[in-house]
Amino acid sequence: MENKKHNNEQEIKNKDAKNVAFNNINNSDINISSENKKMDISSDDKKTDKISESKKTEKPNKSSFIGKEALLISHSPHIWSGFSTSKIMYIFLISLIFPTASAIYFFGLKALWIIIASTASAVLTEFIIKKARKKKFVMDGSAMITGLLLALTLPPRTPIWMVVIGSVFSIAIAKEAFGGIGYNIFNPALAGRAFIAICFPVEMTSWYLPWDFSVDAVTSATPLSESFVQEGSKAALYKDMFFGNIGGSIGETSAFLLLLAFVFLVIFKIIDWKVPLIYIGTVAIFSLIWKEDVLFQVLAGGLIFGAIFMATDYVTTPVTSLGRAIFALGCGLITFVIRKFGAMPEGVCFSILIMNGFTPLIDRYVLPKPFGFIKEKSKAKAKS
Amino acid sequence: MANIIKKGILSKGLRLPENKISESIPIRKLAIPEKVLILLQQHFGEPCNPIVARGDKVKTGQIIADSEKLFSSPLHSTISGTVTSVTKTLNPFANNIVSAVEITGDGEDNWIDLKPEPGVKNICDKLNEIYSDCLDKTQGKPLDLNESKGNSGELKNLWDMLKKAIEEIPNEELIKRIKNAGIVGLGGATFPTHVKLATTKKIDTLILNGCECEPFITADHRIMLEYGWQVLAGAYIIFKVISPEFVYIAIEDNKRDAIALFAKLIEDSGLGQKFRVVSLKSRYPMGAEKILIKNVIGKKVPVGKLPMDIGVVVNNVGTSKAVFDSLSTGTPLVEKVVTVTGDVEKPQNFLVRIGTPVKDMLSCCGELNTGKTKIIMGGPMMGNAIADLSFPITKAVSCILLKHFENIQEGNCIRCGRCVNICPMNLMPLIYAAYAKNSKYEVLPDYHINTCIECGSCAYVCPAGIPIVAYIKTAKSVLVGYGK
Repeated sequence: MENKKHNNEQEIKNKDAKNVAFNNINNSDINISSENKKMDISSDDKKTDKISESKKTEKPNKSSFIGKEALLISHSPHIWSGFSTSKIMYIFLISLIFPTASAIYFFGLKALWIIIASTASAVLTEFIIKKARKKKFVMDGSAMITGLLLALTLPPRTPIWMVVIGSVFSIAIAKEAFGGIGYNIFNPALAGRAFIAICFPVEMTSWYLPWDFSVDAVTSATPLSESFVQEGSKAALYKDMFFGNIGGSIGETSAFLLLLAFVFLVIFKIIDWKVPLIYIGTVAIFSLIWKEDVLFQVLAGGLIFGAIFMATDYVTTPVTSLGRAIFALGCGLITFVIRKFGAMPEGVCFSILIMNGFTPLIDRYVLPKPFGFIKEKSKAKAKS
Repeated sequence: MANIIKKGILSKGLRLPENKISESIPIRKLAIPEKVLILLQQHFGEPCNPIVARGDKVKTGQIIADSEKLFSSPLHSTISGTVTSVTKTLNPFANNIVSAVEITGDGEDNWIDLKPEPGVKNICDKLNEIYSDCLDKTQGKPLDLNESKGNSGELKNLWDMLKKAIEEIPNEELIKRIKNAGIVGLGGATFPTHVKLATTKKIDTLILNGCECEPFITADHRIMLEYGWQVLAGAYIIFKVISPEFVYIAIEDNKRDAIALFAKLIEDSGLGQKFRVVSLKSRYPMGAEKILIKNVIGKKVPVGKLPMDIGVVVNNVGTSKAVFDSLSTGTPLVEKVVTVTGDVEKPQNFLVRIGTPVKDMLSCCGELNTGKTKIIMGGPMMGNAIADLSFPITKAVSCILLKHFENIQEGNCIRCGRCVNICPMNLMPLIYAAYAKNSKYEVLPDYHINTCIECGSCAYVCPAGIPIVAYIKTAKSVLVGYGK
């Protein structure tokens, strides 16, 4: 029943309408009410609902007039911006070229294999699941983003089979099991990362320095680990951290390229610029309060990467501007708490996942005030 | 010029491709139609009852339907001829069946005896002579305004006489005239103008709405250019009745010629003390009443209240012209300027009789592109697609738009928040779509669904192509059924 109501396009055949309108204007015999009766109204549901699928069997006699004499009706508005979901996804993918480039530059072919394995298995998983659920597979780029994001958060020598497990988990469990794009509660890439980080803690915390391609390379600490030993001056360390010549996940090391990606995304209005700033700002302020090295805390680990690409994910963050600010604030707080007091050296992944869980709550209580609503509220107060 | 106030944006707004292709095409009179169908509810409020019967002879301008209720407005025959039927027809926009009177013309267009206000009429003819020279009829552009014919002293004198003549008529008489002329808000809401003017509330601002923020439509723009001084004089009549402190003529800055023209007219008429032209940024939906008020005077109309509750009256420029016509020539509202535009060979601005079938207008616009075309009554953002080309023009219609049909695939909501960011009423359109999809209509009033003005901004920006407005309209009508 309801689906019938929602048919947003109805094609209406009106045998005489066009002829009358375009050639035979002076023909005044037409009576409006009788013409209404003549119309053969049939609906064409574009959604893949059960009802519409059953309707499709009755279609043949309908398609014959499409494009010839049909007058089409649909709901307003009759124009569309054309800025579609897949366009957004592909612009996002283009911005990911920056961290991908830094990953390959600093960590070599190994990183490239991780990226390819992760992206390919993400897309393949999505394809298989869509087929299994008998839904249409749309190549909208979202699976590619998930796969790529997951790859970029992995250590440089993660075994390929582990990458594939993470990627399949991301798509199959974190995304499709919840209903596909738009319905997942947790960021799929981060959920996949968290899954393999819990299952294989050793491999997921083995860090290697950039350009160290030897077979028996020694694991080194990321700057955030307790065992990290600082060599050289502080300025040199900051410089390395800013440009990415430091141990860490393959995509997160170069703050410089990440900032370029940030500017790119903001220019194309894909992400809300406030979210990364509030997130990073919160971490910086708490570091300042606890007398940590602020610049170090900001540049180290996956903070900038997570703030730009993960905390701004549409689906798993609140929709209102204020809600997103609260989300970013919470992420910053939890990240700092995990870094400072937690057992793990890094907290970006889990802080965002925890805040993802709060998203429905934030969305429920942080609602924009409707236009002109303020006065009524104050009146109600005055009455009571 | 000193009379122009420039305003920034105080509300959320959407930049749309303007596509005002019929902007510089002068208004043409459409031939008197052979047959008109006049719906008996063309206004906000109570429907009218027919006072003619089948076979009656009627003249142009004769009242054919009326109602005793306050929230109503009489309807006039728009051609002379014979009433061929008093039937019921489907009004696809209001989703109801309305009575309609069908009149077959005799081809003569005999008017009833018009009773113009004698004092006003004489001055009117002289002013018309002067100002009609100011418009280049072939190009559709106003000529250089500083070189207007007739010296400024004479103009000022004429305006003074006009103002005096208007001031001599008592308010009750003016309101009665406006009511009898069947004038309603011609911007689309069709709120009866006499109800607005008869308010007992203290009104401090009158805003004349010349924004026309929807793409494609140029009817109001042409009215402002070609009937500029009538619009201003009409505004003066309304000003006289409700005596506000300020009158703002709000025009979007994509119509610079109209802004300049009105600044000049205000200077000519010596109304500069109280009248101002407000130049607004062209953003959609700037012409929506509540958004306009916010942008012009910075006040918000509370939810569920009318603008007059905060001391503001908004009138469309077309309404203002109709008000003046009811005085200067005595003609009731039987004609309306309608733009025919979009995918047509020759876009036009027509002055048509109300009740004219759409097909009569389309036939004058050259070859039409066949194929998947939608014919839309109204603008591209809020108009309704019609399925029947014999549907008549009503008082609410200001545009017939032909548009190629593009099929948009509806995807899942990705919660990008674009609809929330763009909503001029600060609502959560995505929630409406989500709940309406699952038929959970009863929770929607909690999210203030009735505040929605159905402007279409959300569906325009939605990357998933969700027809949010369709869901909202469905939800609203279901809720009306629930009695909420």
